[in-house]
Amino acid sequence: MVNSFRHSVGGLINRSHPISFTFDGRAYFAYEGDTLASALLANGVRLVGRSFKYHRPRGIFGMGVEEPSAMVQMREGARSEPNIRATEVEVYDGLEVSSQNRWPTLNLDVGSISNLFSPFLPAGFYYKTFMWPATKWMFYERFIRKAAGLGKAATKQDPDSYSKLFEFCDVLVVGAGPTGLSAAMSAGRAGAKVILIEETSQFGGRLCFDEELIYGKPAEEWNYEVTEKLAMMPNVQLLLRTTAFGFYDQNMVCAAERVADHKSEPEKWQDRQKIRWIRAKQVVLACGSIERSIPFSGNDKPGVMLASAVRGYAKRFAVRCGKKAVIFTNNDSGYATVPALKSVGVSVEVVIDSRLTKPGGRALSQLGDTPLKQGFVVTRARGYRSVRSVEIGRIVEHESIMGATDKVSCDLLCISGGWTPTAHLYSHAQGKLKFNHQIAAFVPAAKHGSIYVAGSANGAFSLKECLEQGIDSGIAAAMEAGNSFSETIQIPDVVEEEVTPMQPLWQVPANGRGLSKRFVDLQNDVTVADIELAHSEGYISVEHLKRYTTLGMGTDQGRTSNINGLANLARLRNVAVPDVGHTTFRPPYTPISLGAIAGIEHGKNLSPVRRTPLHDWHKRHRADMQNSGAWKRPFYYAQTGEQVRDAIIRETMQVRQAVGVVDVSTLGKIDVQGRDAAEFLERVYINRWKALPIGRCRYGLMLREDGFVFDDGTSTRVADCEFYMTTTTGNAGPVLEHLEFYAQTVWPELHVHLTSVSDQWAGMALAGPSSRAVLGELIGEEAASDSNLPYMGYLQSEIEGVRVRIFRVSFSGELGYEIHIPSKFAQHVWQSVLSAGRKWDIAPYGLEAMTVLRIEKGHVVSAELSGRTTAADLGFERMMKKDKDFIGKRLAERDALVSSGRQQLVGVVSVNGRPIPRGAQIVEHSNAQGVIDTKGHVTSACYSPHLEKEIGLALIADGLQIQGKQMYAASPLNGRSVPVEVVHHIFYDPSGARTRG
Amino acid sequence: MLLITCPWCGDRAQTEFSYRGDATVERPAPSDSKEDWYDFVYTRDNPRGEHVEWWHHTAGCRKWFKVRRNTWTHELIDSAPPTSDKQDNLES
Repeated sequence: MVNSFRHSVGGLINRSHPISFTFDGRAYFAYEGDTLASALLANGVRLVGRSFKYHRPRGIFGMGVEEPSAMVQMREGARSEPNIRATEVEVYDGLEVSSQNRWPTLNLDVGSISNLFSPFLPAGFYYKTFMWPATKWMFYERFIRKAAGLGKAATKQDPDSYSKLFEFCDVLVVGAGPTGLSAAMSAGRAGAKVILIEETSQFGGRLCFDEELIYGKPAEEWNYEVTEKLAMMPNVQLLLRTTAFGFYDQNMVCAAERVADHKSEPEKWQDRQKIRWIRAKQVVLACGSIERSIPFSGNDKPGVMLASAVRGYAKRFAVRCGKKAVIFTNNDSGYATVPALKSVGVSVEVVIDSRLTKPGGRALSQLGDTPLKQGFVVTRARGYRSVRSVEIGRIVEHESIMGATDKVSCDLLCISGGWTPTAHLYSHAQGKLKFNHQIAAFVPAAKHGSIYVAGSANGAFSLKECLEQGIDSGIAAAMEAGNSFSETIQIPDVVEEEVTPMQPLWQVPANGRGLSKRFVDLQNDVTVADIELAHSEGYISVEHLKRYTTLGMGTDQGRTSNINGLANLARLRNVAVPDVGHTTFRPPYTPISLGAIAGIEHGKNLSPVRRTPLHDWHKRHRADMQNSGAWKRPFYYAQTGEQVRDAIIRETMQVRQAVGVVDVSTLGKIDVQGRDAAEFLERVYINRWKALPIGRCRYGLMLREDGFVFDDGTSTRVADCEFYMTTTTGNAGPVLEHLEFYAQTVWPELHVHLTSVSDQWAGMALAGPSSRAVLGELIGEEAASDSNLPYMGYLQSEIEGVRVRIFRVSFSGELGYEIHIPSKFAQHVWQSVLSAGRKWDIAPYGLEAMTVLRIEKGHVVSAELSGRTTAADLGFERMMKKDKDFIGKRLAERDALVSSGRQQLVGVVSVNGRPIPRGAQIVEHSNAQGVIDTKGHVTSACYSPHLEKEIGLALIADGLQIQGKQMYAASPLNGRSVPVEVVHHIFYDPSGARTRG
Repeated sequence: MLLITCPWCGDRAQTEFSYRGDATVERPAPSDSKEDWYDFVYTRDNPRGEHVEWWHHTAGCRKWFKVRRNTWTHELIDSAPPTSDKQDNLES
């Protein structure tokens, strides 16, 4: 098998290992070591995609992360991934790739008709055209979305796994070119724990594609030696295929490792990708620089490529990017492409150098006998699916083209507009860039915090400088991270290069024929004309320019184009480039897959699920388990043939008429111990606690310091210096945190210790007229008697050998007990209670029945403790101590919280029997549409089996004074309005006789 | 993600902590004026620069402590336990 565009020898590919892959269904072959881009080029495939906006034919432009055009859809089915740069894909056997943004085929793309309409699709076209009417936007959007957009996301669930891990090191080196390798080596030799990360699959960076000599030998030999040595060092960790995509606070660098993207599927034990959160003491950024394009007519055609990329394909893959090449440069580096092309058998027709000064030294020797046009530019590339020829002309003072243009036939145009240091990570870390006129680029201004920038990322482009800066920064970083080092590291012997300064060429002036576009941003189809339009419409700030034209907003973040865009804006504004500045660099540096970001946190691992110790029993007994915050709780226990409503009514009546038992394990439970425990409760609750006798419970209410109610619950004096506090389920965490804050910081003089025991104790409420009889069966009639265990009494006892805590408290309004059990014995005791209660026809009840019971009884829960209600609003005014300080006391006394007109807790009863909509507004008139002048709202509502009425609790302005009045519960959500009578909030047994009985 | 120094547990990831805000405000005495109480509950500075604030090692030792943080650079300068000498415990 022969690749028609592959030279017979050379390249860092494994020729003994051919690979076959498909592109748009057609089979091709490549070698191990090829990227998709090199493989396509080797097979003579030049058209690989259609552009985003105009559907213009596009080919491969770059060689790595900078690639703006050649994006493909990888794989099929569940593992399919869109918008992957062909230049970064390592080809493997059986890889299936398709092109994007074309229909029906790449060669015949109907969407390319938009190219003909392109004069009507200027920058801001969508903003201007689809602004109005607003109602039509949804209609337009469908078509716009279809016409734009690139690849397609997979619709099936990703079968692969992803993970995250944290790492720590002394020195993190980003980039493994000559600079990064030197930095890692010197830091490693200084004994630092080093992590070296490299984005591609090979170490060496430019050493893999530039012809360089180190110690008089080809640079790849040095590369190989250094890499081998690094791999042997136990304190150095090398990571290939890993992109540092963000720099965050305190030297946290996040890197995405593509562990198995180069395989058809990961090994069983392997993640596809990993996110590494690397916390480094010192960071050396050796991320190199990226060659930039030059805007001229037709500079987007397949066959127009970066000169460095062409060089790289020749050297690393022995690939010919064309047959006849023209090189167009404004700096010395473009000349290096001449020998590279010749070495793989490509003829170089001419080198066009826009500079007037003739380069000397190495550039001249690289040129050899190739014709050189000094002071000339390429004015236009011609051809449709590929370049066929270029037009060249003499440029005068960067402003106009003089004289007639020549035409040179070629199928490859290599361009070099200079080099832009990769400053993304440095900028993420808030490092400031300054404009370096020598290289016409923004460069990191100085060492920033603990970040060193070295080599070409720092604007130092010669190999010698890269090696020097790498060594220096590596040693300095290691020392600063606490290592000591006294050796001197020799700078490898390389020939000092003589460099003729580059001369910026931000655009080639349009040469009369206006229709041909001069592209600045290939990925987003932004042209020089778009920038001119934006400027003329007043978008003269770089950030506005970016958003108006979408310049640099693609997945490539404008790596090859941004500076050209900024410089063109500067030209139009007639100011220097640094005066327009640059746009903000934001993470991520490259797109990161959602899978990697999610890691294992998806599906059942997305958030923790809390189950009570009785969970399994509930599930075995047909409980309808529902989410209640993080908890799973039984809503009701279904019986055969029963509707939900029937089950709730049955369970409610069971408690009212006989006895029921409900799981209340979710309650927050806090052990409050210490000499000053009573004093502490005295300060955190609004009511009194010091005089509470041992063995008694009390209902307590807590305020926040702003005077509003925070939480409620019962607390029990278990011993003189020990209280057992309960909180609402939802506030278990916040209450503990609140109490800890006061105990540790506000009153550190109090001797009190707080321990959460929510998980250690399970709880059940036994409620109903027969509950005492059931309890008697369990602990003895005498022990359960009213005199031994009176209302709000507490008893430590034993049930079936388990020590339990029994509290005579009631949430249901019936005679009732809470039994708290060490969690691991919860099921045992629960079952004992059910067996003991069998003769009284005991049944478990769920959260729904519990809610009905508490609404009938007028008990408040989180719906009423909404953070906007005061103790007085809820009828607890008299509980508040007048004479002593407690949390919230002072602000609870402020005028706004004690004045009339506040919304007070009342009951509401549906007048016509219709259900009261939850959350409905309370208004004086029946109009549910346009609710205005609301007097309050419904907080809880249910059907009351006891009253056989629809009832609710509500907060209504001066509600206590308007009892008996008819109002309306109006829900604008469903347009319903229900007439309600305002009543007292306790519907059931207001005297409490049943509870105390 | 910030790395926060708990005075008891050392450097730990931010996810283990919760934040409360300004640690320089002090709870007034019950007899203090309404205005003092209002300021204590509601009035906060929003400085650009150093800020002494409460953090809680919620998923760790459950201790509250003070952190001096630069709100502009996110630099965590130091942390200290909430000692009874509330004014100066970060001066070390």
